[in-house]
Amino acid sequence: MSIAHYACGSNEHGYSRRRFLRESFSGIAAGGAIVGGLGSLTVGAAAEQLKSQDMRVVVFNMHGGLSQLESWDPKPGTKTGGPCRSIPTSVPGTHISDLLPFTAKQMHHLCLMRGVNTAEDDHGKGTYLMLTGRRQSAGAEYPQIGAVAARMLNDENRGLPGHIVVTPNGGGGKGNEAAYLGPKYSSISLGGTKPPPNTAKPDAINDEAEARRHAFRRHINQEFLLKRRTAITDAYTHSYEQALRLMERKDVFDISKESTTDQDRYGKHDFGRQCLMARRLLENGVSFVQVTHANYDTHSENFIFHIEQMGEFDQSFATFVADLADRGLLEKTLVVVLSEFGRTPNINLYYGRDHWSKAWSVLMAGGKLARGAVFGKTNDEGTEVVDGQVDHGALFHTYLRAVGVDSSQSIAVDGRELPIADPAAAPIWKVLT
Amino acid sequence: MAPDGLQVASSSEDSSLQLWKVPSGEKKVLTGHQSWVHGLCYSTDGHQLISGGCDGKIIWWSVRDETPSILRKIDAHVGWIRGLAISPDNSILASVGNDKTVRLWSMGTGEKIGEMAGHDRHVYSVIFHPSGSQLVTGDLIGKIHIWNIADGKLERSIDATPLYTENKGQAAEYGGARALALNVQRNEIIAGGTHKATNPFGAVHEPLVLRLNWADGVLKKSHACEGIPGGMVWRVQWLQDGTAVAVSGGSTGGILLFFNDTQEKEIHRFKLPTLARDMDIHLGSNLVATAHFDNQLRISGMFAKA
Repeated sequence: MSIAHYACGSNEHGYSRRRFLRESFSGIAAGGAIVGGLGSLTVGAAAEQLKSQDMRVVVFNMHGGLSQLESWDPKPGTKTGGPCRSIPTSVPGTHISDLLPFTAKQMHHLCLMRGVNTAEDDHGKGTYLMLTGRRQSAGAEYPQIGAVAARMLNDENRGLPGHIVVTPNGGGGKGNEAAYLGPKYSSISLGGTKPPPNTAKPDAINDEAEARRHAFRRHINQEFLLKRRTAITDAYTHSYEQALRLMERKDVFDISKESTTDQDRYGKHDFGRQCLMARRLLENGVSFVQVTHANYDTHSENFIFHIEQMGEFDQSFATFVADLADRGLLEKTLVVVLSEFGRTPNINLYYGRDHWSKAWSVLMAGGKLARGAVFGKTNDEGTEVVDGQVDHGALFHTYLRAVGVDSSQSIAVDGRELPIADPAAAPIWKVLT
Repeated sequence: MAPDGLQVASSSEDSSLQLWKVPSGEKKVLTGHQSWVHGLCYSTDGHQLISGGCDGKIIWWSVRDETPSILRKIDAHVGWIRGLAISPDNSILASVGNDKTVRLWSMGTGEKIGEMAGHDRHVYSVIFHPSGSQLVTGDLIGKIHIWNIADGKLERSIDATPLYTENKGQAAEYGGARALALNVQRNEIIAGGTHKATNPFGAVHEPLVLRLNWADGVLKKSHACEGIPGGMVWRVQWLQDGTAVAVSGGSTGGILLFFNDTQEKEIHRFKLPTLARDMDIHLGSNLVATAHFDNQLRISGMFAKA
């Protein structure tokens, strides 16, 4: 068993004394290899086994707050229903908005949660709780699902980052997404379908010079680390080595290498190209990809904006799901479509809908989730959950369970065991197989 | 408003239509659509009302009977119908919608007699040329197309792109030629909508009416309106004296705006009690009907000051 020795005096930031003893006695820890960095997690052999299962996660973040009434939980013909209607899907008896005709044909792959109540109507706080499974509180930071997935699922031998966030303009990825897991598991942000910046070696530097530069860097690092090693220096070292491996595999980020037929099927607009990028990244073994689709914060003209946005989302997303299913990837990939909250059933005076977290929907698919399932129910006008209420904590547990992660386990940091999901919540077992 | 000014038709968010008797206010409710209705027009004799819904259907209603009834119902568009217009000789109904098409229907039989494709985005507005030989349509990105009715071909286009905003920060496209009105005597077409959509998701955008030369599409005036940070022009119409009237509705409320060709700023502004969503003017009686968010239909009179 190798343990990182840090200059701070702590012999490791990964295992607590209590966990070490427990796992030593159980005979598991002896087989576990801690690779340094922050927060080595869970039982080593189990972790390696999990990574060998090659599970992945993709999150579609419907930025601004997707209206559940114009997507997953339509209420046509009611006071709150608006002008959009519902259509049947490939699952008999299940209807979704008529703005999603292509997705409706993939419903048999999907698992729809219609009873979400997160009780948080603020954009920032809502995003935080949906991505971390915890309510934001002073003095506590929790890792986002992307960082956890990267830590738990990513096989670093592939040479690709485990946590990639695709946004229209390349923003995001600047916050403390990985929290106590450490910056190693923070995201690499892609602007649209552009590869990460600076992944091409400058022409003026030949291969030999490049090799000498890195040998020198490693030598100096090694000297420094003999006396000054910290978790942060490990993260820096990791970043350099990851960047090098990334440069060798930069073709993974080039969707022009996908067939023109596929490029047409996904759509030539930004979101279509980003979905194709997500498929390409997942196929190459990236453990977590988040694609952002904006903007759904429709306080005014909710319906025309949702027609535009859903029209763009529908075909690309449905193609993505169908491709994962056809290629056998859906078994190994959790798909989540979430927002920071839903939108009010009440239609305001500007034809808009406002923030609403009391009764909304999240769509999931793949991994160990039930297929063609609908869990939870809202009342006739969509104002309250009347059956199967779930919150962000339960969803977060469920995401992890869907990719084979025991969501009840903890990560040991500085001797403290930190549960990877809120211990006050539990998975939604009824949708897990 | 019906051609005789004695009836007003409106639609509401429960997908019903209302027929209002003027001036008594007596109301009849019509049900038949499965979604909201954005397109309404009367036949030239006022005996029929035609409605186009977000359910993609067009319904012909008999509206002068004691009990109004559905005369005909057709599947007309894929998705929302955004506007309807009737030819001056009452023979052709034109419809436009989110499926980007312009379609012509026989008023006598309901049969489709033409379809024009050429808009790249949702089509919001449609009017006939008074001669009946041309159709004018406007879309989300401020393209105004002029079509030849006889052969269905696009004759020319007019640029009304100041009515379109691409707000990259919000990843939103907004605006468009929401309303059109043609005055051949003045050789002018006016197009209404919005501009300065700095926050379209928050209803922050200002009303705008473009006054364009009909013959060559040259912009003559941009009638912007100061002090209305939240407004959209839902309808524009001409008065007989050549004054253009627009109704603006939005976060600043409901406002009737009056413009002439001497200045860009409005010559008169009339504040309505609440946010308005549509308007029609009966020229014979100088009455203005406005539909409001608060479930009210209001009739205002335009009279010279004593």
